[in-house]
Amino acid sequence: MNSNFLIELENVDRRFTSPEGKIIQVLDNFSMTVKPGEFCAVVGPTGCGKSTTLSLISGLAKANAGKVLIEGKEFEGIDSRVGYVFQTDAVFPWKNVLDNVAVGPLFRGVDKKEAIEKSLDWIKRVGLQGFEHHYPHQLSGGMRKRVALAQTFINSPDILLMDEPFSSLDVQTKLLMQQELLQLWSKHKAAVVFVTHDIEEATILADKVYVLSKRPTKVKKIYNVDIERPRIVTETRYTKKFIEISKSIWNDLSEEVNI
Amino acid sequence: MSDQNNINREEEIKKLEKISVEKVKERWRFVIFYRFMFLFVTLGGWEVLGRTGTIDPFFFSMPSSIAYQLYIWIIKGTSQGPLWLQVLVTLEETVLGFLIGAVMGIICGIALGRNKMLADIFSIYIKIANAIPRIVLGSIFIIALGLGMASKVALAVVMVFFVVFGNAFQGVREADTNLIANARVLGASDRQVTFKVVLPSALSWILASLHISFGFALVGAVVGEFLGSKQGIGLLIATAQGAFNAAGVFAAMIVLAVVALLADYLITRLENRLLKWRPTVQ
Repeated sequence: MNSNFLIELENVDRRFTSPEGKIIQVLDNFSMTVKPGEFCAVVGPTGCGKSTTLSLISGLAKANAGKVLIEGKEFEGIDSRVGYVFQTDAVFPWKNVLDNVAVGPLFRGVDKKEAIEKSLDWIKRVGLQGFEHHYPHQLSGGMRKRVALAQTFINSPDILLMDEPFSSLDVQTKLLMQQELLQLWSKHKAAVVFVTHDIEEATILADKVYVLSKRPTKVKKIYNVDIERPRIVTETRYTKKFIEISKSIWNDLSEEVNI
Repeated sequence: MSDQNNINREEEIKKLEKISVEKVKERWRFVIFYRFMFLFVTLGGWEVLGRTGTIDPFFFSMPSSIAYQLYIWIIKGTSQGPLWLQVLVTLEETVLGFLIGAVMGIICGIALGRNKMLADIFSIYIKIANAIPRIVLGSIFIIALGLGMASKVALAVVMVFFVVFGNAFQGVREADTNLIANARVLGASDRQVTFKVVLPSALSWILASLHISFGFALVGAVVGEFLGSKQGIGLLIATAQGAFNAAGVFAAMIVLAVVALLADYLITRLENRLLKWRPTVQ
């Protein structure tokens, strides 16, 4: 087994069964690999099963056929090396910012005092100091996303799964959060699988972009984005290379989107 | 020069503010006035209709007779002993029944809400049990548990259980799957998911049901007393009914209303404490 890879999906099938018992084939003989510290983006037409890949890697869902490996091994349940940032708000509305960020270590049995200290540190790192005792409904969408990032990063995941985390934000906030994510990631070097429908977002963030076909989903093409780092989100997007790559990804994808 | 302008501007805004504050107060006074007017016209109309004989005060009583009846009860006590004792007995049955029913309802609601298989098996029976007019069970409880407190508590429990159960169940089923997935990835065990995620998300549903179900518990206790008892407000009503004392029935109704309003106030206080994380709805 090639253990150069941190995450491997090998010929994976994933089916959904409707309440009437009908079968919908989502992933079909699907393979994908991610190296340690690599930033991978996944783009594809809507409903093609981008998020399903994340559910499989996290262990929230099981493959119907094929293998899902982390460090070359199959795993049971939810792997503790995984962090997951969801598309919609998944911070706990009845907890304030401090308690929301501390929740991961507390679930994992860390001492309360230590968890709070760690939480304060991460709140500072995502720039939310002064908001420790605010409840989520008192924060803006961008601030809630920061809480979600801190909540995930505090567990120091080796694998960071992100499901269109910034899709609900306005354009300015989105650019800001992308930059922030790149900074956090460059210090932390987790392997990232970043699902998005936004081609420019995929290109600006990732080392490798997987373009998926429509259902039943296969990998259509893999792009290597060899734009040097550190990247500056607001500037790199105007370079020639960036435009070239996003254009050809769009060409690939448009064949899938056209009906 | 511009300083002077600023000061003038500030004074202007202050003046405007004064006017708007005055307007809000004015509106409030208007509301209060018409509330009293409504009460006065309704009660006064009733009294006048009764005194002129348009409606028969023997059957429908009059505000003045009801007030007199209350006065007698408070000063001289009822035929069954002092009024406060009757209130206390009914309240004790209500609160006991309410607590037992609510706790059972919450536990069963969460158990079934978290277990799809259990829910699929039992949901049909719960629906059937909910459709039965449960108040009729009061007769069974009187036969089985006697005239004492137990039969009233049992009836109150049955009244409360299904309401709280239904809401707890619904609340658990509607807990955001994203929140549960997030908790699991962050490292929560099944137990932690139930108590740290599902229960808090269902809390607003559960608390909403407590408002309604306290009223139901009161109905259960009073009807239980009505069907057969030695003390309580329900018996007071039954006695008044037996004596063709319409004023007595209305007076007992007022006592019950006061109890229910006080309880609702306490539950609202509890709710505000437990749900302080919620955005305030205007």
